This record gives sequence, C-alpha cells and structure tokens, in this order.
Amino acid sequence: MKCGRCRAPAVIEVRRHNAGYCRECFVRHCGEQVRRAIDHFDMLGPGERVLVAVSGGKDSLGLWQILRELGYDADGLYLGLGIGEYSDESGRYVRAFAAERGWKLLEIDLAAEYGFDVEGGSRSAKRAPCSACGLSKRHIFNDAAIRHGYDVLATGHNLDDEAAVLLGNVLRWETEFLGRQHPVLPAAPGFARKVKPLIRLSERELAAYCVLTNIDYIVEECPMAGGNRHLGYKHTLNEIEERSPGTKAAFVFGFLERAHERFAAEVAEARDELRPCAECGAPTPGDVCAFCRMRARAVGEPIGVRSIS
Amino acid sequence: MRVVLRNPKREIDVPAPRNVSHLLRDLEIVPEAVLVIRNDTLATHDERLSDDDVVEIRPVTSGGAA
Repeated sequence: MKCGRCRAPAVIEVRRHNAGYCRECFVRHCGEQVRRAIDHFDMLGPGERVLVAVSGGKDSLGLWQILRELGYDADGLYLGLGIGEYSDESGRYVRAFAAERGWKLLEIDLAAEYGFDVEGGSRSAKRAPCSACGLSKRHIFNDAAIRHGYDVLATGHNLDDEAAVLLGNVLRWETEFLGRQHPVLPAAPGFARKVKPLIRLSERELAAYCVLTNIDYIVEECPMAGGNRHLGYKHTLNEIEERSPGTKAAFVFGFLERAHERFAAEVAEARDELRPCAECGAPTPGDVCAFCRMRARAVGEPIGVRSIS
Repeated sequence: MRVVLRNPKREIDVPAPRNVSHLLRDLEIVPEAVLVIRNDTLATHDERLSDDDVVEIRPVTSGGAA
C-alpha cells in the first residue's frame, strides 16, 4: 500500500478516508484534523491558556502533544483516582511524558484531597465505578481549570467516544444529555469552557499517532471498565464501521449539524435553574452537588455539613 | 508465527496466514479495533506475513462512560 499523498510506502490505512498514509503524512494528517476541529467549532483563541486532562492513555497524551505542536500554551492535569496498580502505572506514564518534554503538569490525588477513591465512591454512592469516576473527573477538572486560571479545559474524547455516547443517548432518548453533547461547552458562571479537539480522529488513529511519534502510553484497559455499556456500544459501532466505513463520523457530525440544536434549549433551561452547591460552590440543581454528596457518603459525613470556605 | 495479544497480555503461535487482514479474520478480530505492530512498526492490512514474524495485536478501544 502506498501513501495517498506522497506515494511512499504506507504504514497505516484509514478506511473512513479511503486512504493510506506514510509516517510523515499521517502525523501531519492528525495535526490537520485537530486544527480543523478547533477552527470549525471555535474551540480555542490565540494566546489562551489550555489545561489538558491527561490520564496516561493514548488520547490525552496524543492531544497534549498535538496542541503543543500547533503552538498552544497547554499544561497537563493528572488526577490520581486510586485504582490500585493501574493508577500507579498511569501516573508513571504521565509524569515521564511531561518530564521528557519539560512541560508543566498539575497533579491532584483523589484520596489525599477528598478522602476517598473511585471504588469507595462507587460503593457508597451506589454508582457504577465508571459513573463515580466520571463524576469525580468532571467536578475536579472543572474546579482545577477555574482555580488555576485556565481559559479552557481540553479532554481527549475522540470520534469513537462521541459516537458511543451518542448511540447510548439516542437509544434511551436522553434529551438533556443530547443537548449537552457538543465538542464545545461554553464557559458559564461556575463552569470553565470545555473542548474536545480530537473529535475528528478515531481512537485507532490516536493509537497509531502515539506509536509513530514514540509516545509511551498505558495500553492496558482500566480494570473497572471491563464489560461496561460504553465499551459494548464501541464494539457494535466498530462492527458497523467495518461493513460501512465512515458511519461513525456521519453519525456524530450529522447529529451536530442537523439535530443537536433541537435539544439545546432543554440544556439552557436546566442551566438557568442551577445554584451554588452549599459545600463547594459548584453549580448544581439541588442544595448539594452530586460530587459532594458522593464524597460525604464515602467518608461517612452527613451531607451538607461542610460549607464553602 | 508468534502473535502477542493484550488485555490480558499473552502470546499464541499460529501458522502464518497470507497477510495481516487474513490474520485478523482468522482470529475474529475487528480491524477497526486494533493496530497491528510488526518489529516495532505499524503493519498495513495488505502486508504479507511469514512464520518468522512476531506480531503484536494492540487493542485501541478504551474508556469508561465518562
């Protein structure tokens, strides 16, 4: 197979684009796709400070490197989730990546800072581990971006992530979640702007990017994620993609172009009803936000006894 | 040929199929969900394989629900 751009021997094929790429052209292709997503969705402005949430996996480390190569002022944020050896190892990958490049890395440890880990939060709040993990990440990433004065928080959600979430939301007609599913969530009182610059790249492309640019990332899957619904949706979508290349991209971008707006009003209404959490001050529809309720249950405190300091 | 699989990491020996595409088909692996790495470099689906090759099939699917 030859590279479709320069005719050198190809190292990877991307069936969605009906193209093969050599190493140099593929690395350029990844940068171009991120540039195109940033420009199309107006994600980042010149001179803005970007905080990249990094996990040690291919997507977030790849994103951090691509943003820096595109010239953005991007620092990393690593959250230690306390998932045993898996968290220890993922932390080592992130620290080595940042140290080799001399890039600034902020670190927060869930147990040290908040007194519980993902497993404890999951058990006490009676949430699935991935749900407790996601809730913790959303809360702490947002808080860190605001507290440290960043203009925007960037996450490594890729095309496959967005397609799987969209499928889940459509199958259950989660209309509020559909209204919130967008590669840019604008800043609002208590919320940092959040962007997903990898939305035009599949996770196979991200893994290839890391291999080809010598990014050492954690390949092992999180031990708590096995068998979750999200991974099942990804598997189903990959089988469809195999028979009909381009389906995942058509699904996600068709939704964003033709359907997202229909659900957006519901989100605006929900946002109008938010008020500050009695414990941490983050916006919430109730008195105490879901993260603080989970934390209180996990550490055995009555809910709502802490107040904003 | 030797095939290295992940999650969990393990190795199996199989007779070399004609190319990467046939290897994935024989192992019932969806090509979109993996990278195939031979001698530390990526292998495209049309690349020929031989019994002397050591090939890693690396899954690319990751992530929880959030």
